[in-house]
Amino acid sequence: MLDGIRVLDLTDDKGYLCGRILGDMGADVIKIERPGGDPGRSLGPFYHDIPHEERSLYWFAYNANKRSITLNLESADGRELFRKLAAGADAVIESFSPGFMDGLGLGYNVLSKIKPGIIFTSISPFGQEGPYSQFKYSDIALMAMGGYMYTCGEPDRPPLRIAFPQSPMFAGVEAASGTLMALYHREMTGEGQVVDISLEHSLTGTSSSLVTAWWYLEGVILSRVGQYRAGLGAGIKQRQMWPCRDGWVSFQIYGGAMGAKANKALLQWMDSEGCATDHLKGIDWDNMDMSKLTQDDMDKMEQPIGVFLLRYTKAELEEAALTKDIMLYPVNTMADILNSPQLKARNFWMDVEHPELGASIVYPGEWAKLSDYPMKIRRAPLIGEHNADIYKQELGLSDVELSALKQARVI
Amino acid sequence: MACVFDGIKVLDFGWILVGPQISGYLARHGATIVKVEALNRPDSVRLSAPFKDRMPGQNRSGYFAGLNPNKYGMTLNLKHPKGLEVAKKLVAWADIVTENFAPGVMEGWGLDYEGLKKIKPDIIMIRSSNQGQTGPQAHRRGFGILLASQVGFNAVTGWPDRGPNTSYLGYTDFIAPRFAAAAVSAALIHRKRTGKGQCLDVSQAETALHFLAPVILDYTVNQHREWERAGNASPYSAPHGAYPCQGEDSWCAISVTTDEEWRAFCRAIGNPAWTQRPEFATLIGRKKNEDELNELVGRWTVDHTSREVMMLLQGAGVSAGVVQNTKDLLEDPQLKLRDYVWYLEHDELGQYPHMGPYIKLSRTPAQPRMPAPNLGQHTELVCREFLGMPDEEFTQLLVEGVFD
Repeated sequence: MLDGIRVLDLTDDKGYLCGRILGDMGADVIKIERPGGDPGRSLGPFYHDIPHEERSLYWFAYNANKRSITLNLESADGRELFRKLAAGADAVIESFSPGFMDGLGLGYNVLSKIKPGIIFTSISPFGQEGPYSQFKYSDIALMAMGGYMYTCGEPDRPPLRIAFPQSPMFAGVEAASGTLMALYHREMTGEGQVVDISLEHSLTGTSSSLVTAWWYLEGVILSRVGQYRAGLGAGIKQRQMWPCRDGWVSFQIYGGAMGAKANKALLQWMDSEGCATDHLKGIDWDNMDMSKLTQDDMDKMEQPIGVFLLRYTKAELEEAALTKDIMLYPVNTMADILNSPQLKARNFWMDVEHPELGASIVYPGEWAKLSDYPMKIRRAPLIGEHNADIYKQELGLSDVELSALKQARVI
Repeated sequence: MACVFDGIKVLDFGWILVGPQISGYLARHGATIVKVEALNRPDSVRLSAPFKDRMPGQNRSGYFAGLNPNKYGMTLNLKHPKGLEVAKKLVAWADIVTENFAPGVMEGWGLDYEGLKKIKPDIIMIRSSNQGQTGPQAHRRGFGILLASQVGFNAVTGWPDRGPNTSYLGYTDFIAPRFAAAAVSAALIHRKRTGKGQCLDVSQAETALHFLAPVILDYTVNQHREWERAGNASPYSAPHGAYPCQGEDSWCAISVTTDEEWRAFCRAIGNPAWTQRPEFATLIGRKKNEDELNELVGRWTVDHTSREVMMLLQGAGVSAGVVQNTKDLLEDPQLKLRDYVWYLEHDELGQYPHMGPYIKLSRTPAQPRMPAPNLGQHTELVCREFLGMPDEEFTQLLVEGVFD
């Protein structure tokens, strides 16, 4: 779908996913690594727990469908080579500190003269300008600043992030959209531009307008409620995470027509097992106005349900949810996910060859099914794997020049 | 000023969160969005509190407004045969059709991809459902908050000695739209080059799993290893966590990894004696003594505001960030620079913050054009101006209940 579009990818772990998505849709993404390998190759987990630049699962996941060349951008030769590459590129994506590329003489102003219409996508923790623009990244600092953590965790403990870094993920996808939007504009007009992506800003997308609305209209700041969720009415908590016999499930008493149907189904099941209380049996689910419930109402509904769910395993509860149409989902582990019949039926899992490891690895596959473009996955590149293809075949460097550049640590 | 999607027309059946966010990308960047609802079954977010002045009303929901700037709103009765005809005229008008119903709903109206192509061969259709359009569980009902459990986020969120925690709202609801925005932009490029449209089947579960890809690979290659709840710990940093600051429920996140950062951290907090203890000199040592380390750091942070902690540590080259709440986000100077919200005048909400564009473009920035639409606000305008429907025809259809 994006055949013929060449992207020079200068990102680190803050932005790998951007190039991955472009590569998935057919763009020729060239990952430019510093000599010796991109620092992100030090990120675990590792293949067979061997910490090694060519065994990083983080690298594998987010740099599939890219080629790799090595280049020291801070050397004069490196900058010269980059300018030559830019002349043949449609987009450059980078995640250096704001101003770094300009400082090297490789910013948008320079590159757009070399290649008019070029798209220059910059990914940074807070954006290219502003009082925090030079702040140091860490996922937890961004999950904090972006508003995610305030509403996650137990009320009597510190706010929580998710155990695996998410801030670069939001920014990465956002950057792919932004780059493609700019490329579309260029298709229509010939004009390039700068795409400025902020990890913080993209993360604010996780709190959505509901949280803003409670503050703006009611002066209420919604905060973390642990295994509950709030937001129905200020101060009313509903349980969301429920322990069951061998783990946890996610279930919530919903309102509206959809909720009524699901709640009645649950009640019917409870009743057939002799576990439905009179109180629950007496509820008119179709006409229940969730916004008028008190905490006491909620607790009285939830208490017998909690007792009931403890009787069953995750698998039993999921089976019941599927057959009885109850809106309950298990808190799945990876084992559950890999065994999911839905994902298997969708051909979601893809085997990717890693000849150097003598293995093929199961990867999460297509992130969307595009009717005109089935996606494939080619394993992430080795360090400088395509130096010969690019430097010799495309740029016409000789073996002697390549050897000199290698020894001078330009490549 | 020009916008990226100027001239692009979108027929938007999206509802609640995912669909409206997808059309939201297009809306903020210049596309003409016609959001279709049924009068007796509007977008259910319209019925969500909080409401302006605590008076419930379909046009008084802040939650709805924030999600839906720059969209025209019309109502249409798709159970009425003439309503379906109007829908088909809208398909003929549109470049893109978006929906996030459970699979089968569009089929029921003959408006699945095959049906759309008969009307408009190069149509681009975005279908975003929980688990995709195909498969044994495609019709399973659920919301994002449940899906987040299903795809593994909740299993890795929480304290080891407590249970799983959930993200506040449906976490997966915010992932799928971003992938869909990338896919539709690529589809538009493809259409410009080849004249061909496409159907984009975006499963909320499948997109979300990519945010955990290395965790999945760790399972598939390392003897089915499962990640556990880790609180705020990181395997390769210490101190690492959210630390209590002055004031109520006020916290600052701090992350220290390298020796340089550790030394900078110690200097920034005044080199207290405890930082010289040999067990804290190395990363491994700090990880081994992490509980005590966290307590000691907390005793320092608690004497400062979260903002002071952040500014002091960032000034010293250490990563730190205030745990910001929704009020903080509205006041955040970085976010203000990026139009985090557009304050638009809405006839029932007054001046109201509509969520702004996440993507900042230098030459063709997103533009605020309209506040979120009232229910059925633009039915007549869409019919007459976009579809070129003559007055008599519109009035006749109105009388027959086609727009109810």
